[in-house]
Amino acid sequence: MEIFFQVLIDGLVIGAFYSLIALGYTMVYGIIKLLNFAHGDLYMIGAFVGFTLLSLFTGDGGVNTGILGLGVVFIGTMIIVGFLGMGIERIAYRPLLLAPRLSILITAIGVSLSLEYSSMIGWGASYKVYPIKLPNDGIQLLGTQISFAQMGMIVLSALLMLGLRLFIDKTIYGKAMRAIALDQTACSLMGVNVHRIIALTFFIGAFLAAGAGIMSGIYYGTINFLMGFTIGLKAFTAAVLGGIGNITGAMLGGLVLGILEAFGTFYMGGSWKDVLAFGILILFLVFKPTGILGAKEMERM
Amino acid sequence: MKKYKKPSLFLLVICMFILPFLLNSYWLDVLTLVLFYVVLTQGLNIVVGYTGLLDLGYAAFFAVGAYTTAILMTTFHWSFWLTLPVAFLFAAIAGVIIGTPTLRLRSDYLAIVTLGFGEIVKILATNLEITGSASGIYGIPRPAIGSYIMASQKDFYFLILIVAIISIIAVYRLGHSRIGRAWVYIREDEDAAEAMGINRIKLKLLSYATGAVIGSFAGSIFAVKMSAIAPLSFSFLQSVMILLAVVLGGLGSIPGVVIGAALVIILPELLRGVEDWRYLIFGVSLVIMMIFRPQGIWPTKNNTEDVDDIETEDPNQSISISK
Amino acid sequence: MSLLTVNQLKLQFGGLIAVNDLSFTVEKNSISSIIGPNGAGKTSVFNMITGFYRPTSGAIELDGISLVNRKPSQITTLGMARTFQNLRLFPNLTVLDNVKSGMHCRTKQTVWGALLRTKSQREEERLIEEVALECIDFVGIRKYTKRAAKNLPYGAQRYLEIARALATRPKLLLLDEPAAGLNYEEKQYLIQLIRRIRDEYNITVLMIEHDMGLIKQISEQITVIDYGCKIAEGSPEEVLNNEKVIEAYLGKEDVI
Repeated sequence: MEIFFQVLIDGLVIGAFYSLIALGYTMVYGIIKLLNFAHGDLYMIGAFVGFTLLSLFTGDGGVNTGILGLGVVFIGTMIIVGFLGMGIERIAYRPLLLAPRLSILITAIGVSLSLEYSSMIGWGASYKVYPIKLPNDGIQLLGTQISFAQMGMIVLSALLMLGLRLFIDKTIYGKAMRAIALDQTACSLMGVNVHRIIALTFFIGAFLAAGAGIMSGIYYGTINFLMGFTIGLKAFTAAVLGGIGNITGAMLGGLVLGILEAFGTFYMGGSWKDVLAFGILILFLVFKPTGILGAKEMERM
Repeated sequence: MKKYKKPSLFLLVICMFILPFLLNSYWLDVLTLVLFYVVLTQGLNIVVGYTGLLDLGYAAFFAVGAYTTAILMTTFHWSFWLTLPVAFLFAAIAGVIIGTPTLRLRSDYLAIVTLGFGEIVKILATNLEITGSASGIYGIPRPAIGSYIMASQKDFYFLILIVAIISIIAVYRLGHSRIGRAWVYIREDEDAAEAMGINRIKLKLLSYATGAVIGSFAGSIFAVKMSAIAPLSFSFLQSVMILLAVVLGGLGSIPGVVIGAALVIILPELLRGVEDWRYLIFGVSLVIMMIFRPQGIWPTKNNTEDVDDIETEDPNQSISISK
Repeated sequence: MSLLTVNQLKLQFGGLIAVNDLSFTVEKNSISSIIGPNGAGKTSVFNMITGFYRPTSGAIELDGISLVNRKPSQITTLGMARTFQNLRLFPNLTVLDNVKSGMHCRTKQTVWGALLRTKSQREEERLIEEVALECIDFVGIRKYTKRAAKNLPYGAQRYLEIARALATRPKLLLLDEPAAGLNYEEKQYLIQLIRRIRDEYNITVLMIEHDMGLIKQISEQITVIDYGCKIAEGSPEEVLNNEKVIEAYLGKEDVI
């Protein structure tokens, strides 16, 4: 039973990362129907920018960074990467909004390669040790050791997602996003600045992914320029699982996938866990492409 | 222009056969690699260029060919030539297995599912015992023709050159047959193709299987040329590089795709010293190509003889109404 | 003798009933029409007949063979061809290659034939080209043979779509608003074309059309539907003087 909860907590933390990244996929897909292949790499860039900021801030490798300093690093990184996401949209995707789907997909792959290998040139190809150590102590719950770091990450992820939910539901921008997802042409006819809202969507997606990036840097301790590839694919799986375009679905999908994977790893060993995730992805895309929370589509032959 | 096409192609082939006697072993190796890519890109060209299905896991078929040949030759001591039909069969089956679930998917889902399958194949190769796990399979014997054992660099150059020529002719002939046209109809408008009596499910699967067989052909030769294979050669990046060559050259265009293959391999060799920049340059060029020249360097013409000033040609023919 | 029989056809999307209990027949060698106000369900009927939609219930038979639960491509092979309301050509391909698509289901060369360029393959290719050119000639767009379809004048694109459908060698040709967007001369030409299709090729024609003038001139049998139900049928004179039809098109008198 203790092991069960331990695995569950691990799954929750990883699932929270998936959820945060999946949100970016799902929002961009919902609004312009683009599968942004480069999104996982924004998570990686987030981890690296956080790494650099942490090192700069403290000069001593960040070991003694306080909660306040950590907060500044988080916000700074998320904003920087958010603007990067916006820039990518402006340069690479906007000129192709009306192009065939194949073109824009290939562009997204190009952006992904560019981000990965410019990071390799900038930060080096080897693994970097994250310059921060979190205390290992925590509390005992149901016979399971939960560290404060794990709790903090779950809480922070929850707050970010709650914030996003409120932003989408309550603000005029959120309303505009939902409207554009329904009918882009009608929105521009009604005077909504469609490009600005799309840019904002990219900003928010990148912002959240960067948050997940720093957290995973802290959680796993090392980062690498290729870390965004697999996790991007899995976050996309999470988005599909929850029903692509559906915000709540992405959050739920991430958690479900994280927990499934944690148990999968526990029972089948680490080398097969990616097969599990991709298997789920393929099964869902083929048999229930609308996801758990998605609507039923009209039957066509 | 057209009248010089055949002789100049013939001349080019002659040159390709003379070339190994003029090049040093370093450039001969580069050229051999280019030819591998020519075969791979022709195969992918069927799937992406003709049929319009984005496949991000094409290296999986390269792997199926390489591993089938490697396993049959090392564990079961088969002759290289006998492994080829088995490799083709396995590749075609793999193509159908990957193809079947993707048939009704939209193009972006299709891309991600093929990517997932590609990764699954790599993970299988890394973890199964029969594929030698992460270290792969080594000590793959050399192929023999009668009593002659193919071992030298030139032998393999000629072998892959012949295979490249065969695959170019095959893809060209398919493209100019009812099968190839049906693929293109599906790319242009799936529903209209179906309405014209083209069974899109059957033809898409045929496209996957044909592309897979060509990819596996390259894989089988790769295995005996390198005499050792490991999962790393069949990664997502490999799939992306093959796709890049097809896109750079021009989707659906046979000469374009050959040029694309040459560019993708030779360019990094010319950029030696700045090797780290290689993939960054490729990534950026993909984006630039898609924005400024999505049809590629040498685009396909689809046999059209269009003049540019069509609008002005016969003004009284019809009023065009945009709906 | 009837070529197409539609019996108690029903199509339902969730709570919305698009077509309800529709029955009609199309006589062999006739030119028939389905008319009705916008949104009456005409195109849905076409999509069910050609296999693009699966009917909720009901039967469709072509020459005694049931078409329900068949794929569109199978139905085309059985002898039915269609055009689309909003042109669905292969835009980047030549007129010739567009029309060649129709012969796909009438030929049978495989990958092997193509790879080996067998004699039968070459003969089949010749046949495909011959039929395609004949169809192109028939609709009168010979001078565009090598042009990309997207670069044709609008009227020629309409004729091209008909040529492409003819190349499937159909028994029954379904035309979805063939006159949409055509000017007066082009409509007159279209009328001639439809007559020639029936008279010279013995192909039965069923069309959806809005243009009453055109319908009156060539249609022998009309089925009128509104809100997915049949409200009248018969010859043009009968139908166009039917009160229910006038009502469906113009609304009730007190509304006007």
